[in-house]
Amino acid sequence: MFDKITYKPFGEKAILIEWEPRIAVEISEEILLFQSKIKAKKNNSIVDYIVAYNSLTLIFKHQIHSFQIEVEHLKKIYASKTKTFKKASFLWEIPVCYDLEFGIDLLEMSEKLNLQTSEIIKLHTQSLYRVYFVGFLPGFLYLGGLDEKIHFNRKSNPRLKVPKGAVGIGGKQTGVYPSESAGGWNIIGKTPIDFFNINKQQPCFANSGDFIKFVEISKNDFLKIQKEVKQNTYTVSKTFKI
Amino acid sequence: MIKVLKAGFFTTIQDKGRFGFSSIGVPFSGVMDTFSADLANTILNNNLDYAVLEIAFNNCSFQFLTATNICISGADFSPKINQKAIKLNQKIVIKKNDVLSFGKVNFGARTYVAVSNGILSEKVLNSRSMFAGITKSYTIKTGDILQINQNYNEENNTNASIKVNENYFKSKAIECFKGPEFDLLSKKQQKQLFETGFTISKDSDRMGYRLIEVLENNFPSILTSSVLPGTVQLTPSGKLIILMRDCQITGGYPRILQLNEASINRIAQKNTNEIVNFECLSV
Repeated sequence: MFDKITYKPFGEKAILIEWEPRIAVEISEEILLFQSKIKAKKNNSIVDYIVAYNSLTLIFKHQIHSFQIEVEHLKKIYASKTKTFKKASFLWEIPVCYDLEFGIDLLEMSEKLNLQTSEIIKLHTQSLYRVYFVGFLPGFLYLGGLDEKIHFNRKSNPRLKVPKGAVGIGGKQTGVYPSESAGGWNIIGKTPIDFFNINKQQPCFANSGDFIKFVEISKNDFLKIQKEVKQNTYTVSKTFKI
Repeated sequence: MIKVLKAGFFTTIQDKGRFGFSSIGVPFSGVMDTFSADLANTILNNNLDYAVLEIAFNNCSFQFLTATNICISGADFSPKINQKAIKLNQKIVIKKNDVLSFGKVNFGARTYVAVSNGILSEKVLNSRSMFAGITKSYTIKTGDILQINQNYNEENNTNASIKVNENYFKSKAIECFKGPEFDLLSKKQQKQLFETGFTISKDSDRMGYRLIEVLENNFPSILTSSVLPGTVQLTPSGKLIILMRDCQITGGYPRILQLNEASINRIAQKNTNEIVNFECLSV
């Protein structure tokens, strides 16, 4: 348990709870645990929760009458030993084609990092990435765990259009663009998987606390999987992660 | 049913937005000016979460294929039924085939059209609010047919209309609380923030209002954290962004102010080049 968490009012309807500002698995787990305890205690007054690296924001349905009373209540919940079921987390295997046709920034990265493109791909596919939270765009996962050797600064001029499915590296982070958008990350590959599909029962398959592993596929496999995704016959491979 | 004769530059269907989907990165959305939308729904005896049309430009027109009642609130775009002027904030009886159009923009930036029992467009993730990638379309299109409930309370026009104080649209004062990173600002920056008149730039939409004047900025980005409608972000260039209803749910710029609900509504009625002053409510 962390002693130094702070509670701040965030406008009239929200409370921001902050941990120390760093990216760490233990902080992320603590945030998810606190969230599940709050969810168990006071269902109706809170309409949404925003999880981030070192913060949990509670969005209330109505104006908060007394910030102090709410905070006292939250502190009690935080300290409570209530056993909550730890939500099962999954390891999702995401197929990525690192062909130069998709990985349009691989050569530049290879040159500047003094690494073969095959080494960049190897480093990118061997890590296990934790899903810290989802934000920025529907279905955009904030992942932690990128190998330091392939940290690479964002582009100084963001592209106006990065295609859906593009896999990128921006500074210490890696991630997948769930839809076409502007973006400044270096693009190293593309996945045929939908990270957000409003027509599915669960529009985004991954949750905070899950894990992602990227698996290299050929261009032929990419086209095959892309077709299956379109026909709704592809299932993303998942395993329990304890 | 309502036939969209001319969709206009930016007309959307909005209700109170979608909550409970932050975990998959979905913004809240919802009517920009809840005060005006609530007023229109209230005058029709509708529930406050019924969907309305949010109209940002006056170049649109609609034909009612069924009789109903409507009420128009918010900005004054000189609404007309069959080319005859109608009042704002009043219940208007609509006959089959009546045409609603707009004329001169007198004040405000968004006008709301509420219909008896609401507009019955598709609900996606518990809301009818249009948003790219969530609803099929993110604006209504010319030729669209909007479903409405045909069971409405048939009554005569009441002459009673509610008068909204025009100060609501004209006041420059934007009330706000200190944001989570407010204390990072120096005394000089704080003074500058509350003493400068900030001009709304043309890069302003349902996601956010970008302001023109620059605040001295010497602190770095923060670790990505939550943002809300009404959050004022300080960008690296020193420019401020007031996030609005369609904003992302997380961001990495310092959050220096947080508008109260009334001020989010009020700023939603401001146009490019209008000037606003921040007034701090925190003790």
